[in-house]
Amino acid sequence: MAASEVQEDSGAYVLHHLTNLRLNLQTMKFDPGYKGFWALDLDSIFFAILLGVIFLFFFIRVARKANAGVPTGIENFIEMCVEFVQGQVKEISPHANSLVAPLGLTIFVWVLLMNVMDILPIDWLPYVGEKVFHLHHLRIVPSTDINVTFGLSLSVFVLIYIFNFAYKGPIGLAKEFATHPFFVKSGPMVVLNVLLIPVNIVLRLVEDIAKPVSLALRLFGNLFAGELIFVLIAVFASNAFDHGVAGFIGFGIGGGLIQLAWAIFHLLVIPLQAFVFMVLTIVYLAGASTSHAEEH
Amino acid sequence: MDPNATLIVQSVTFLVFVALMWRLAWPQILGAMEARQAKIAEGLSAAERGEKALKEASSKSEGELKAARAQAQEIISAANKQSAQLVEKAKADAEAEKARILAAGRSEAEREIAQAKEALRKQVGELAVAGASKILKREIDAKAHADVLSELAAQV
Repeated sequence: MAASEVQEDSGAYVLHHLTNLRLNLQTMKFDPGYKGFWALDLDSIFFAILLGVIFLFFFIRVARKANAGVPTGIENFIEMCVEFVQGQVKEISPHANSLVAPLGLTIFVWVLLMNVMDILPIDWLPYVGEKVFHLHHLRIVPSTDINVTFGLSLSVFVLIYIFNFAYKGPIGLAKEFATHPFFVKSGPMVVLNVLLIPVNIVLRLVEDIAKPVSLALRLFGNLFAGELIFVLIAVFASNAFDHGVAGFIGFGIGGGLIQLAWAIFHLLVIPLQAFVFMVLTIVYLAGASTSHAEEH
Repeated sequence: MDPNATLIVQSVTFLVFVALMWRLAWPQILGAMEARQAKIAEGLSAAERGEKALKEASSKSEGELKAARAQAQEIISAANKQSAQLVEKAKADAEAEKARILAAGRSEAEREIAQAKEALRKQVGELAVAGASKILKREIDAKAHADVLSELAAQV
Protein backbone atom coordinates (compact mmCIF):
# COMPACT_ATOMS: atom_id res chain seq x y z
CA MET A 1 0.00 0.00 0.00
CA ALA A 2 2.65 2.42 1.07
CA ALA A 3 4.88 1.48 -1.82
CA SER A 4 2.16 1.97 -4.42
CA GLU A 5 1.29 5.30 -2.83
CA VAL A 6 4.87 6.44 -3.19
CA GLN A 7 4.84 5.20 -6.76
CA GLU A 8 1.70 7.12 -7.46
CA ASP A 9 3.22 10.23 -5.94
CA SER A 10 6.30 9.83 -8.09
CA GLY A 11 4.19 9.33 -11.18
CA ALA A 12 2.12 12.39 -10.39
CA TYR A 13 5.28 14.40 -9.74
CA VAL A 14 6.79 13.41 -13.10
CA LEU A 15 3.55 14.09 -14.95
CA HIS A 16 3.15 17.38 -13.16
CA HIS A 17 6.55 18.46 -14.43
CA LEU A 18 5.75 17.43 -17.97
CA THR A 19 2.39 19.20 -18.20
CA ASN A 20 2.07 22.61 -19.75
CA LEU A 21 0.02 25.48 -18.46
CA ARG A 22 -2.45 25.08 -21.29
CA LEU A 23 -5.18 27.59 -22.08
CA ASN A 24 -8.14 26.22 -23.98
CA LEU A 25 -9.00 28.92 -26.51
CA GLN A 26 -12.60 27.68 -26.95
CA THR A 27 -13.54 27.85 -23.30
CA MET A 28 -10.84 30.40 -22.29
CA LYS A 29 -10.02 28.26 -19.24
CA PHE A 30 -6.85 26.53 -18.10
CA ASP A 31 -7.16 22.96 -19.22
CA PRO A 32 -3.86 21.06 -18.99
CA GLY A 33 -5.44 17.87 -20.25
CA TYR A 34 -6.88 19.39 -23.45
CA LYS A 35 -5.63 17.64 -26.57
CA GLY A 36 -7.21 19.76 -29.32
CA PHE A 37 -5.47 22.23 -31.56
CA TRP A 38 -7.03 25.48 -30.33
CA ALA A 39 -5.07 25.84 -27.14
CA LEU A 40 -2.03 27.81 -26.05
CA ASP A 41 0.82 26.61 -23.85
CA LEU A 42 1.11 29.88 -21.99
CA ASP A 43 4.25 28.90 -20.05
CA SER A 44 6.20 27.98 -23.20
CA ILE A 45 5.04 31.12 -24.98
CA PHE A 46 5.86 33.32 -22.01
CA PHE A 47 9.39 32.01 -21.49
CA ALA A 48 10.17 31.83 -25.21
CA ILE A 49 9.12 35.43 -25.78
CA LEU A 50 10.79 36.60 -22.56
CA LEU A 51 14.12 35.06 -23.60
CA GLY A 52 13.77 36.36 -27.14
CA VAL A 53 13.04 39.86 -25.93
CA ILE A 54 16.02 39.74 -23.58
CA PHE A 55 18.51 38.79 -26.25
CA LEU A 56 17.03 41.09 -28.86
CA PHE A 57 17.16 43.94 -26.35
CA PHE A 58 20.88 43.41 -25.89
CA PHE A 59 21.57 42.94 -29.59
CA ILE A 60 19.65 46.02 -30.65
CA ARG A 61 21.14 48.11 -27.86
CA VAL A 62 24.66 47.10 -28.92
CA ALA A 63 23.76 47.70 -32.58
CA ARG A 64 22.62 51.24 -31.75
CA LYS A 65 25.91 52.03 -30.07
CA ALA A 66 28.08 50.02 -32.45
CA ASN A 67 31.07 51.91 -33.75
CA ALA A 68 34.56 51.22 -34.99
CA GLY A 69 36.07 52.09 -31.61
CA VAL A 70 37.33 49.71 -28.97
CA PRO A 71 34.49 47.29 -28.10
CA THR A 72 33.64 46.84 -24.42
CA GLY A 73 31.82 44.37 -22.20
CA ILE A 74 28.66 42.94 -23.72
CA GLU A 75 29.60 44.34 -27.14
CA ASN A 76 32.55 41.95 -27.23
CA PHE A 77 30.32 38.98 -26.50
CA ILE A 78 27.70 39.94 -29.06
CA GLU A 79 30.30 40.62 -31.74
CA MET A 80 31.79 37.22 -30.97
CA CYS A 81 28.37 35.61 -31.60
CA VAL A 82 27.91 37.61 -34.81
CA GLU A 83 31.36 36.68 -36.05
CA PHE A 84 30.80 33.01 -35.20
CA VAL A 85 27.54 32.81 -37.15
CA GLN A 86 28.91 34.90 -40.01
CA GLY A 87 31.87 32.50 -40.22
CA GLN A 88 29.55 29.48 -40.33
CA VAL A 89 27.43 31.04 -43.09
CA LYS A 90 30.47 32.06 -45.14
CA GLU A 91 31.89 28.57 -44.80
CA ILE A 92 28.68 26.84 -45.88
CA SER A 93 27.61 29.26 -48.59
CA PRO A 94 29.75 32.30 -49.43
CA HIS A 95 27.04 34.04 -51.46
CA ALA A 96 24.06 33.38 -49.21
CA ASN A 97 21.14 35.77 -49.00
CA SER A 98 21.64 38.53 -46.42
CA LEU A 99 18.75 37.10 -44.40
CA VAL A 100 20.45 33.77 -43.74
CA ALA A 101 23.09 34.91 -41.26
CA PRO A 102 20.81 37.01 -39.02
CA LEU A 103 18.28 34.19 -39.13
CA GLY A 104 20.94 31.70 -38.08
CA LEU A 105 22.05 33.99 -35.28
CA THR A 106 18.47 34.41 -34.05
CA ILE A 107 17.94 30.65 -34.06
CA PHE A 108 21.24 29.94 -32.33
CA VAL A 109 20.88 32.48 -29.52
CA TRP A 110 17.20 31.88 -28.97
CA VAL A 111 17.42 28.09 -28.92
CA LEU A 112 20.50 28.30 -26.73
CA LEU A 113 18.70 30.49 -24.18
CA MET A 114 15.61 28.27 -24.23
CA ASN A 115 17.81 25.22 -23.67
CA VAL A 116 19.73 26.91 -20.87
CA MET A 117 16.49 27.14 -18.89
CA ASP A 118 16.94 23.39 -18.42
CA ILE A 119 19.88 24.04 -16.09
CA LEU A 120 17.70 25.91 -13.59
CA PRO A 121 16.72 23.50 -10.80
CA ILE A 122 13.46 21.99 -11.97
CA ASP A 123 11.36 22.89 -8.94
CA TRP A 124 12.33 26.52 -8.37
CA LEU A 125 10.16 28.37 -10.84
CA PRO A 126 7.20 25.93 -10.67
CA TYR A 127 7.26 26.34 -6.87
CA VAL A 128 7.25 30.13 -7.15
CA GLY A 129 4.49 29.90 -9.77
CA GLU A 130 2.41 27.68 -7.49
CA LYS A 131 2.85 29.75 -4.34
CA VAL A 132 2.87 33.27 -5.77
CA PHE A 133 0.78 33.12 -8.92
CA HIS A 134 -1.35 30.02 -8.13
CA LEU A 135 -0.37 28.33 -11.36
CA HIS A 136 -0.76 24.58 -11.03
CA HIS A 137 1.50 23.77 -13.94
CA LEU A 138 4.59 25.52 -15.20
CA ARG A 139 7.17 24.23 -17.68
CA ILE A 140 10.02 26.64 -17.95
CA VAL A 141 11.99 25.07 -20.83
CA PRO A 142 10.23 26.11 -24.05
CA SER A 143 12.34 23.79 -26.21
CA THR A 144 10.87 20.75 -24.43
CA ASP A 145 7.51 21.73 -25.91
CA ILE A 146 7.02 20.10 -29.31
CA ASN A 147 4.92 23.08 -30.43
CA VAL A 148 7.84 25.45 -29.92
CA THR A 149 10.34 23.33 -31.84
CA PHE A 150 7.86 22.70 -34.64
CA GLY A 151 7.05 26.39 -34.70
CA LEU A 152 10.69 27.13 -35.41
CA SER A 153 11.23 24.35 -37.93
CA LEU A 154 8.02 25.03 -39.86
CA SER A 155 9.03 28.69 -40.18
CA VAL A 156 12.35 27.50 -41.56
CA PHE A 157 10.47 25.16 -43.92
CA VAL A 158 8.35 28.02 -45.22
CA LEU A 159 11.48 30.13 -45.71
CA ILE A 160 13.14 27.26 -47.60
CA TYR A 161 10.24 27.27 -50.07
CA ILE A 162 10.22 31.06 -50.33
CA PHE A 163 13.92 30.91 -51.17
CA ASN A 164 13.35 28.08 -53.64
CA PHE A 165 10.72 30.08 -55.49
CA ALA A 166 12.67 33.33 -55.34
CA TYR A 167 15.93 31.87 -56.65
CA LYS A 168 14.75 29.20 -59.06
CA GLY A 169 11.26 30.29 -60.05
CA PRO A 170 8.34 27.85 -60.27
CA ILE A 171 9.67 26.29 -63.48
CA GLY A 172 13.19 25.79 -62.16
CA LEU A 173 11.83 24.29 -58.98
CA ALA A 174 9.52 21.96 -60.90
CA LYS A 175 12.44 20.90 -63.08
CA GLU A 176 14.52 20.21 -59.99
CA PHE A 177 11.69 18.19 -58.48
CA ALA A 178 11.34 16.13 -61.62
CA THR A 179 14.95 15.58 -62.65
CA HIS A 180 16.90 15.27 -59.45
CA PRO A 181 18.66 13.00 -58.58
CA PHE A 182 17.86 10.47 -61.36
CA PHE A 183 17.81 11.69 -64.95
CA VAL A 184 18.95 10.32 -68.30
CA LYS A 185 20.26 13.19 -70.38
CA SER A 186 20.52 11.59 -73.80
CA GLY A 187 20.72 8.35 -75.68
CA PRO A 188 18.17 5.62 -76.34
CA MET A 189 17.42 5.31 -72.59
CA VAL A 190 15.71 8.73 -72.46
CA VAL A 191 12.41 6.88 -72.40
CA LEU A 192 13.29 5.75 -68.87
CA ASN A 193 12.75 9.31 -67.65
CA VAL A 194 9.02 8.71 -67.67
CA LEU A 195 9.60 6.20 -64.90
CA LEU A 196 12.27 8.22 -63.14
CA ILE A 197 10.30 11.45 -62.78
CA PRO A 198 7.74 10.06 -60.28
CA VAL A 199 10.56 8.48 -58.31
CA ASN A 200 12.36 11.81 -58.21
CA ILE A 201 9.26 13.65 -57.03
CA VAL A 202 8.56 11.16 -54.26
CA LEU A 203 12.18 11.26 -53.12
CA ARG A 204 12.18 15.04 -53.11
CA LEU A 205 8.93 15.22 -51.14
CA VAL A 206 10.25 12.84 -48.51
CA GLU A 207 13.52 14.76 -48.35
CA ASP A 208 11.82 18.12 -47.91
CA ILE A 209 9.25 16.95 -45.39
CA ALA A 210 11.99 15.25 -43.40
CA LYS A 211 13.76 18.59 -42.97
CA PRO A 212 11.39 20.35 -40.57
CA VAL A 213 10.39 17.11 -38.87
CA SER A 214 13.97 16.13 -38.12
CA LEU A 215 14.88 19.66 -37.00
CA ALA A 216 11.97 19.85 -34.58
CA LEU A 217 12.12 16.31 -33.25
CA ARG A 218 15.90 16.37 -32.74
CA LEU A 219 15.74 19.47 -30.56
CA PHE A 220 12.60 18.38 -28.76
CA GLY A 221 13.87 14.85 -28.13
CA ASN A 222 17.20 15.91 -26.72
CA LEU A 223 15.81 18.54 -24.41
CA PHE A 224 12.76 16.55 -23.37
CA ALA A 225 14.93 13.58 -22.48
CA GLY A 226 17.29 15.81 -20.56
CA GLU A 227 14.46 17.34 -18.59
CA LEU A 228 12.88 13.97 -17.92
CA ILE A 229 16.13 12.71 -16.45
CA PHE A 230 16.36 15.80 -14.22
CA VAL A 231 12.84 15.02 -13.02
CA LEU A 232 13.68 11.35 -12.37
CA ILE A 233 16.81 12.28 -10.43
CA ALA A 234 14.66 14.68 -8.40
CA VAL A 235 12.24 11.81 -7.67
CA PHE A 236 15.18 9.71 -6.54
CA ALA A 237 16.46 12.51 -4.28
CA SER A 238 12.98 13.08 -2.82
CA ASN A 239 13.41 9.90 -0.76
CA ALA A 240 16.00 11.75 1.36
CA PHE A 241 13.72 12.45 4.33
CA ASP A 242 12.07 9.03 4.61
CA HIS A 243 15.01 6.76 5.44
CA GLY A 244 16.93 8.28 8.32
CA VAL A 245 20.49 9.54 8.24
CA ALA A 246 21.71 6.93 5.78
CA GLY A 247 18.80 7.72 3.48
CA PHE A 248 19.52 11.42 3.76
CA ILE A 249 23.15 10.92 2.78
CA GLY A 250 22.39 8.35 0.10
CA PHE A 251 19.38 9.93 -1.55
CA GLY A 252 19.89 13.59 -0.72
CA ILE A 253 23.58 14.11 -1.26
CA GLY A 254 23.85 11.29 -3.80
CA GLY A 255 20.89 12.69 -5.71
CA GLY A 256 22.40 16.15 -5.61
CA LEU A 257 25.66 14.85 -7.03
CA ILE A 258 23.83 13.00 -9.80
CA GLN A 259 21.89 16.17 -10.62
CA LEU A 260 25.20 18.04 -10.81
CA ALA A 261 26.78 15.40 -13.03
CA TRP A 262 23.77 15.35 -15.35
CA ALA A 263 23.71 19.16 -15.48
CA ILE A 264 27.37 19.22 -16.46
CA PHE A 265 26.78 16.66 -19.17
CA HIS A 266 23.73 18.57 -20.28
CA LEU A 267 25.88 21.69 -20.69
CA LEU A 268 27.33 19.91 -23.73
CA VAL A 269 23.94 19.05 -25.17
CA ILE A 270 22.53 22.57 -24.79
CA PRO A 271 24.87 24.48 -27.10
CA LEU A 272 25.27 21.47 -29.39
CA GLN A 273 21.54 21.29 -30.13
CA ALA A 274 21.37 25.05 -30.69
CA PHE A 275 24.36 24.81 -33.02
CA VAL A 276 22.97 21.84 -34.95
CA PHE A 277 19.63 23.59 -35.44
CA MET A 278 21.41 26.70 -36.71
CA VAL A 279 23.82 24.91 -39.04
CA LEU A 280 21.11 22.73 -40.58
CA THR A 281 18.93 25.79 -41.13
CA ILE A 282 21.82 27.55 -42.88
CA VAL A 283 22.52 24.47 -45.00
CA TYR A 284 18.86 24.11 -46.01
CA LEU A 285 18.50 27.79 -46.89
CA ALA A 286 21.79 27.83 -48.77
CA GLY A 287 20.66 24.74 -50.71
CA ALA A 288 17.38 26.45 -51.53
CA SER A 289 19.21 29.44 -52.97
CA THR A 290 21.54 27.46 -55.24
CA SER A 291 20.09 25.49 -58.09
CA HIS A 292 21.32 22.01 -58.84
CA ALA A 293 21.47 22.85 -62.52
CA GLU A 294 24.13 25.47 -61.85
CA GLU A 295 26.26 23.00 -59.98
CA HIS A 296 26.45 20.64 -62.95
CA MET B 1 2.99 15.59 -28.11
CA ASP B 2 -0.27 17.32 -29.01
CA PRO B 3 0.23 20.09 -31.56
CA ASN B 4 -1.75 23.19 -30.78
CA ALA B 5 -1.92 26.89 -31.56
CA THR B 6 1.29 27.51 -29.60
CA LEU B 7 2.96 26.46 -32.84
CA ILE B 8 1.47 29.42 -34.71
CA VAL B 9 2.38 31.87 -31.97
CA GLN B 10 5.92 30.52 -31.91
CA SER B 11 6.27 30.78 -35.71
CA VAL B 12 5.02 34.34 -35.81
CA THR B 13 7.22 35.36 -32.88
CA PHE B 14 10.20 33.73 -34.54
CA LEU B 15 9.66 35.55 -37.81
CA VAL B 16 9.25 38.86 -35.97
CA PHE B 17 12.48 38.25 -34.06
CA VAL B 18 14.31 37.36 -37.26
CA ALA B 19 13.00 40.50 -38.94
CA LEU B 20 14.13 42.65 -36.02
CA MET B 21 17.54 41.01 -35.99
CA TRP B 22 17.82 41.34 -39.76
CA ARG B 23 16.95 45.02 -39.84
CA LEU B 24 17.89 46.52 -36.48
CA ALA B 25 20.89 44.60 -35.20
CA TRP B 26 22.80 42.58 -37.77
CA PRO B 27 23.81 45.26 -40.34
CA GLN B 28 24.84 47.76 -37.68
CA ILE B 29 26.97 45.29 -35.72
CA LEU B 30 28.54 43.82 -38.84
CA GLY B 31 29.15 47.30 -40.26
CA ALA B 32 30.86 48.41 -37.07
CA MET B 33 32.98 45.27 -37.09
CA GLU B 34 34.01 45.77 -40.70
CA ALA B 35 34.76 49.44 -40.08
CA ARG B 36 36.91 48.46 -37.12
CA GLN B 37 38.72 45.88 -39.23
CA ALA B 38 39.45 48.50 -41.87
CA LYS B 39 40.59 50.92 -39.18
CA ILE B 40 42.94 48.38 -37.64
CA ALA B 41 44.37 47.45 -41.05
CA GLU B 42 44.86 51.13 -41.80
CA GLY B 43 46.49 51.69 -38.42
CA LEU B 44 48.84 48.78 -38.96
CA SER B 45 49.87 49.96 -42.40
CA ALA B 46 50.29 53.51 -41.03
CA ALA B 47 52.52 52.15 -38.27
CA GLU B 48 54.56 50.28 -40.85
CA ARG B 49 54.88 53.39 -42.97
CA GLY B 50 55.83 55.41 -39.90
CA GLU B 51 58.48 52.89 -38.97
CA LYS B 52 59.89 53.02 -42.49
CA ALA B 53 59.90 56.82 -42.45
CA LEU B 54 61.60 56.80 -39.07
CA LYS B 55 64.29 54.47 -40.39
CA GLU B 56 64.81 56.68 -43.42
CA ALA B 57 64.91 59.84 -41.35
CA SER B 58 67.34 58.37 -38.86
CA SER B 59 69.68 57.22 -41.61
CA LYS B 60 69.39 60.62 -43.25
CA SER B 61 70.05 62.45 -40.01
CA GLU B 62 73.06 60.23 -39.41
CA GLY B 63 74.47 61.24 -42.80
CA GLU B 64 73.79 64.89 -42.15
CA LEU B 65 75.44 64.62 -38.77
CA LYS B 66 78.50 63.06 -40.36
CA ALA B 67 78.68 65.83 -42.93
CA ALA B 68 78.24 68.49 -40.28
CA ARG B 69 80.95 66.91 -38.19
CA ALA B 70 83.33 66.90 -41.18
CA GLN B 71 82.47 70.49 -41.91
CA ALA B 72 83.04 71.49 -38.32
CA GLN B 73 86.41 69.75 -38.44
CA GLU B 74 87.26 71.69 -41.58
CA ILE B 75 86.21 74.98 -40.03
CA ILE B 76 88.22 74.27 -36.92
CA SER B 77 91.35 73.43 -38.89
CA ALA B 78 90.89 76.53 -41.05
CA ALA B 79 90.48 78.66 -37.96
CA ASN B 80 93.56 77.11 -36.44
CA LYS B 81 95.49 77.87 -39.59
CA GLN B 82 94.20 81.41 -39.68
CA SER B 83 95.01 82.04 -36.05
CA ALA B 84 98.51 80.70 -36.56
CA GLN B 85 98.85 83.02 -39.52
CA LEU B 86 97.58 85.94 -37.46
CA VAL B 87 100.04 85.18 -34.70
CA GLU B 88 102.82 84.97 -37.22
CA LYS B 89 101.79 88.24 -38.79
CA ALA B 90 101.53 89.94 -35.42
CA LYS B 91 104.94 88.64 -34.51
CA ALA B 92 106.38 89.98 -37.76
CA ASP B 93 104.65 93.31 -37.28
CA ALA B 94 105.93 93.55 -33.76
CA GLU B 95 109.44 92.77 -34.96
CA ALA B 96 109.20 95.45 -37.62
CA GLU B 97 107.83 97.97 -35.14
CA LYS B 98 110.58 97.12 -32.74
CA ALA B 99 113.19 97.66 -35.44
CA ARG B 100 111.57 100.93 -36.46
CA ILE B 101 111.42 102.20 -32.90
CA LEU B 102 114.99 101.17 -32.32
CA ALA B 103 116.13 102.90 -35.49
CA ALA B 104 114.16 106.03 -34.63
CA GLY B 105 115.66 106.02 -31.14
CA ARG B 106 119.11 105.57 -32.51
CA SER B 107 118.80 108.37 -35.06
CA GLU B 108 117.34 110.67 -32.41
CA ALA B 109 120.19 109.94 -30.12
CA GLU B 110 122.66 110.58 -32.96
CA ARG B 111 120.91 113.82 -33.81
CA GLU B 112 121.04 114.93 -30.21
CA ILE B 113 124.66 114.01 -29.96
CA ALA B 114 125.35 116.01 -33.08
CA GLN B 115 123.37 118.93 -31.71
CA ALA B 116 125.20 118.73 -28.41
CA LYS B 117 128.55 118.61 -30.29
CA GLU B 118 127.51 121.62 -32.35
CA ALA B 119 126.47 123.51 -29.26
CA LEU B 120 129.66 122.55 -27.49
CA ARG B 121 131.71 123.56 -30.50
CA LYS B 122 129.98 126.93 -30.55
CA GLN B 123 130.48 127.39 -26.91
CA VAL B 124 134.14 126.38 -27.18
CA GLY B 125 134.57 128.92 -30.00
CA GLU B 126 132.95 131.59 -28.00
CA LEU B 127 134.93 130.62 -24.98
CA ALA B 128 138.05 130.68 -27.05
CA VAL B 129 137.19 134.11 -28.46
CA ALA B 130 136.25 135.35 -25.04
CA GLY B 131 139.48 133.95 -23.62
CA ALA B 132 141.56 135.36 -26.45
CA SER B 133 139.82 138.74 -26.25
CA LYS B 134 140.48 138.81 -22.59
CA ILE B 135 144.05 137.96 -23.23
CA LEU B 136 144.55 140.33 -26.07
CA LYS B 137 142.31 143.02 -24.62
CA ARG B 138 141.47 145.44 -27.15
CA GLU B 139 144.07 144.35 -29.65
CA ILE B 140 141.76 142.20 -31.46
CA ASP B 141 138.59 143.54 -33.04
CA ALA B 142 135.94 140.90 -32.77
CA LYS B 143 134.42 142.10 -35.91
CA ALA B 144 137.59 142.12 -37.92
CA HIS B 145 138.58 138.71 -36.86
CA ALA B 146 135.18 137.06 -36.93
CA ASP B 147 135.95 134.91 -39.97
CA VAL B 148 139.15 133.72 -38.32
CA LEU B 149 137.25 132.89 -35.18
CA SER B 150 134.52 131.00 -36.98
CA GLU B 151 137.13 129.05 -38.88
CA LEU B 152 138.64 128.15 -35.57
CA ALA B 153 135.34 127.16 -34.17
CA ALA B 154 134.76 124.97 -37.19
CA GLN B 155 138.04 123.25 -36.61
CA VAL B 156 137.17 122.47 -33.00
